[in-house]
Amino acid sequence: MTTTADDKETPATAKSGRDPVRMMARRQAWNPLEFVFWLAALASIFLLPKSYLLLNDIAILALFALSLDLLLGYAGILSLGHAAFFGLGAYAAGLFSIHVSAEPVIGLLVAGAVAGVLGFLSSFLVLRGSDLTRLMITLGVALMLLEVANQARSITGGADGLSGMMMDPILGLFPFDLWGKTAYIYSLTTLFILFLIARRLVGSPFGLSLKAVKGNWTRATAVGVAGNRRLIAIYTIAAVYAGIAGGLLAQTAQFVSLDVLAFQRSADGLLVLVIGGTGYLYGGLIGAVVFKLMHDIVSALTPQYWLFWVGLLLVVIVMLGRERIFAGPRQVVVWIGNRFGAGRRGER
Amino acid sequence: MLTILFDGVAYGMLLFVLACGLAVTLGLMNFVNLAHGAFAMAGGYLTVVLMNGYGVSFFLCLPAAFLVSAVLGAVLERALYRHLYNRSHLDQVLFSVGLIFIAISAVDYFYGARQQIITLPDILRGRIEILGVPVGVYRLFIIAMCALIMVALQYVLAYTRFGSRLRAAVDDGRVARGLGINVGAVFAITFAVGSGLAGLGGALGADILTVDPTFPLRFMIYFLIVVTVGGTSSITGPFVASLILGVADVAGKYYVPAAGSFVIYAVTVGLLLWRPYGILSREGAR
Repeated sequence: MTTTADDKETPATAKSGRDPVRMMARRQAWNPLEFVFWLAALASIFLLPKSYLLLNDIAILALFALSLDLLLGYAGILSLGHAAFFGLGAYAAGLFSIHVSAEPVIGLLVAGAVAGVLGFLSSFLVLRGSDLTRLMITLGVALMLLEVANQARSITGGADGLSGMMMDPILGLFPFDLWGKTAYIYSLTTLFILFLIARRLVGSPFGLSLKAVKGNWTRATAVGVAGNRRLIAIYTIAAVYAGIAGGLLAQTAQFVSLDVLAFQRSADGLLVLVIGGTGYLYGGLIGAVVFKLMHDIVSALTPQYWLFWVGLLLVVIVMLGRERIFAGPRQVVVWIGNRFGAGRRGER
Repeated sequence: MLTILFDGVAYGMLLFVLACGLAVTLGLMNFVNLAHGAFAMAGGYLTVVLMNGYGVSFFLCLPAAFLVSAVLGAVLERALYRHLYNRSHLDQVLFSVGLIFIAISAVDYFYGARQQIITLPDILRGRIEILGVPVGVYRLFIIAMCALIMVALQYVLAYTRFGSRLRAAVDDGRVARGLGINVGAVFAITFAVGSGLAGLGGALGADILTVDPTFPLRFMIYFLIVVTVGGTSSITGPFVASLILGVADVAGKYYVPAAGSFVIYAVTVGLLLWRPYGILSREGAR
């Protein structure tokens, strides 16, 4: 699983000495392709004014997948119910804007916090038992929330959905417009900020210890990594991220329906990660772009049977082998990184 | 009160027949097959189509559902599943979720999204009184069938040559192969029988489980609960778990309908907190 960039970097780090500070700096260094990626995202604001709605969807899905990647790619926790946090965040942001304050940024923080609390609490259940138990618990938590949202009609609107949100301008400066431009810039900015935090996080000693726990629990705990605490922390963080993604959806769509909690959404997140690859953060972002574009094209052709194509894609990708399909592109990225980016940083 | 208990037991027995195939593939072969419900759905739809389209008797539909699902399972096992036995759980989950989606949209395409209804034969309708408790004949039939299956399974696993081969293949595939056991064939047969039982369960429960395209997703959580709570070391564990789950679900929906499926989740969480590795297994044994 983890034959990623790190393994390939090992000889190089050995050459530059065993200085841990330098090694960490090297892990943090930016690959030029990363600049290209974010510049392209920035450019999309100006170049694609007609597709703000789609772009906004992509940004939100990317954030959701990013949070799932933190779990799956860095901690090795397989979740079938990540939509629980997404949906909880969406409902929290929606209800907050209706009943308390319509300021978007505060709403997002609330969404993240609420989802984080649930993540923290449910992490104790997730820690127990095997992969199988985790699958069941994560799925069960999501189904439970769906049940609550469905039954508590007076609060959540039940199957009719939650509507009636009127968002204030962001920070009192930028009002939401009809074409979704503000919404997209808002989502993209949020995604970028959270991405930077995640990037810093996984490159930190904390991130390294997570990978150690994922690689071999027994050895990691033997060298003094508190495995349980690491998992609780990352599970909570991932829940916060997913909650914020849900909050973004609620605020930009100004509507929350039951499907924010549906199993379909969790599965979509997994598929996005499978398309983009796990364990290097960009997987979720790239996967989200590909997934949404594909969705757009296929739905235009056969609107009803999108689910079939998702299923077929999943089966085909797994049968062909994820590693085999994505090994090529990944090597190119690593090569460019070593050649132009990280090398120079290392000499400093 | 007793009627609810009875209905719960019938429901739990049905869940056991549906899930016991999964208990074997998942517990013994360590393959996370979330698409297990798709085989049950195949059995359910076959029953519906045969009964409503061709007027076949319900009692003939049951073996037919078993056979068709078993053949389907065998074909898929040989064609796709066996390549994934040694893959990571992530791959297995993705693969089987993909299969679920395909199954759902295929069924939706051919039969539409609405719920399918069958008319039970007269002999299974109505109620009779046993010791003063009115019980539905259909549910009594389900209990009898499931008890029979349970006993047969236990017998095959514990006392036959095939059972010991299966246990050997699971405990240590390499040594079993060295002893001349055809491990691939044993797994294939097991998988097929497990799928067949799911199909049989789907056919048996066609009247109370509501057969529609979302079937595999709706019951995925039930299957997972049965297997995780029951533990994977024996058949008895999942059986007990199914009974608890069935009774809890029926009682919960009867007494506190507002809570919906909440009761079973609460029960599940409680059981798992108490025995994280299953109710009957020894601590940490896997």
